[in-house]
Amino acid sequence: MSSLEQMYQQVIMDHAREGHGRGLKDPGLIQVGESHQINTTCGDEITLRVGLDGVTVGSVSWEGQGCSISQASVSVLTELVEGQSLEQAEETMEAFRALMQSKGEPLDDDREDLLGDATAFVGVGKYPARIKCAMLGWSAFKDALIHARKDQA
Amino acid sequence: MHLPDLRADFPLLTRTVRNGKDLVYLDSGATSQRPTAVLDAVRDFEERHNGAVARGAHLLAEEATGLFESARASVATLVGASHDEIVWTENATAAMNLVASGIGNATSGIGGEESARYRIGPGDEICVTETEHHANLVPWQQLAVRTGATLRWIPVDDLGRLILDDLDSLVNDRTKVLAFTHVSNVTGVISPVATLVARAKAVGALTVLDACQSVPHLPVDVKDLDVDFAAFSGHKMLGPTGIGALYGRKELLDTLPPSVFGGGAVTIVSMESTAWHPAPTRFEAGTQPVAQAVGMGAAANYLMELGMERVEAHEREIGHLLREGVSAIPGVRLLGPVGSETERDVIGLAAFVVDGVHPHDVGQLLDDRGIAVRVGHHCAQPLHRRFGVTGSTRASAHVYTSTDDANALLAALAEVPAFFGVSV
Repeated sequence: MSSLEQMYQQVIMDHAREGHGRGLKDPGLIQVGESHQINTTCGDEITLRVGLDGVTVGSVSWEGQGCSISQASVSVLTELVEGQSLEQAEETMEAFRALMQSKGEPLDDDREDLLGDATAFVGVGKYPARIKCAMLGWSAFKDALIHARKDQA
Repeated sequence: MHLPDLRADFPLLTRTVRNGKDLVYLDSGATSQRPTAVLDAVRDFEERHNGAVARGAHLLAEEATGLFESARASVATLVGASHDEIVWTENATAAMNLVASGIGNATSGIGGEESARYRIGPGDEICVTETEHHANLVPWQQLAVRTGATLRWIPVDDLGRLILDDLDSLVNDRTKVLAFTHVSNVTGVISPVATLVARAKAVGALTVLDACQSVPHLPVDVKDLDVDFAAFSGHKMLGPTGIGALYGRKELLDTLPPSVFGGGAVTIVSMESTAWHPAPTRFEAGTQPVAQAVGMGAAANYLMELGMERVEAHEREIGHLLREGVSAIPGVRLLGPVGSETERDVIGLAAFVVDGVHPHDVGQLLDDRGIAVRVGHHCAQPLHRRFGVTGSTRASAHVYTSTDDANALLAALAEVPAFFGVSV
């Protein structure tokens, strides 16, 4: 598999097309946080909304447009973290960040298990210019979580 | 071909890139590669002539000063200016900011009555165009914020050409500055400079030309164009980074207040006040990037030896091949007109959008084939917004670009829709 094929694995192309979580929705939950992030190199934008159900990530939805890497990445993120506890979601985010910094090398089995489909993004780590694309949705999720935790209304 | 194969002059072009592929360099609009003549001039300066410019009386100081000034003369000759009408700047952005900040400083009272002609304020207007690179938009937008002047802009049509129907109302008696690009870095469209300058002159507005994409690619004579100021960078015209130039009419430069203050630019300094040198020295406070200036001078000489008419003809041929080829690929939209094969209407670049495929993804596939292009908004967000897209992919040519390079791009581009599962 060439580096290009490794980067654009079928699972990534599928996620880019399907876009799990696309379309902002009202989570109907008490604690809600939202974040708007921009990739300044290309102008891609995302707005991501998180609803917390106690200590569980109850709902993730988003709107935006971008390259296949950024779209697939936020789709995978939505599938992974919805239903996770805040603690698990933090671990997932940490593992994904480590994957991006691994320069294309696989992570240990525990973290790969945690990441599931998201391990397909391993090829992105070989292309420093694209890490920002893959991180766009994750940065929005992290920021939205901070807002949601403060939201006691 | 109008130019011989020049690749041997550019050491970087002989390297290989991903997967051992030959490099197809089509990102000269962002930054050009440097010929051996430029690299040698920089190295020779550092190895044999480095000394403090315009300070000291020893041999090295004299040689360094001589090389620094002869580089300025070369750049001046390239654009038809006098040597004392060329100010060294860090880059073209700094050159544009030098003018905008100088006007702002004059408005604040710096430079006194001598600089009063530059003062602007509420009720005055600054006019730009919708096609500007951020470097020739943001300084003027912010000058308007700073002074209370109003920013207006000339719109573009669906092909990125300036719409001049309302020129007389957009550039009017209240207009103090008309700043516009000579050539769009996205569409490659060449602006109707004569029309714009004539209107600015009729209302007494200063003209500021962004010449970043013209000086490296076309014969440019600032006196023929009759603009007041023009900015361009070294690294887009085969020279080093860290150096650019501002052309200004001598009588204007001599009364525009500086915006970087310090030593070397001044005549008499007391604890209360400062008097500045005439241009260009008044704008060159502090130690300058001397080796880079020498490199830019060598780049100007290299281009002049090739002859700018030949450079233009060569790049027009490549550009036309690119633009026609891109337009012919199903599912690909060229930004801007295809342009003529013989007339001076667009320069040798092609920015395009592939339906359903993001520019970053397009660029990634091309990169895998060894082809270097620019992806994103190319620092022209308003223009991309006007075209209804956030970004595009841009292939741009220079003197060393061959028809093989253009054909490699077209062949790889044709693969893009299928690779990303888009049916056309």
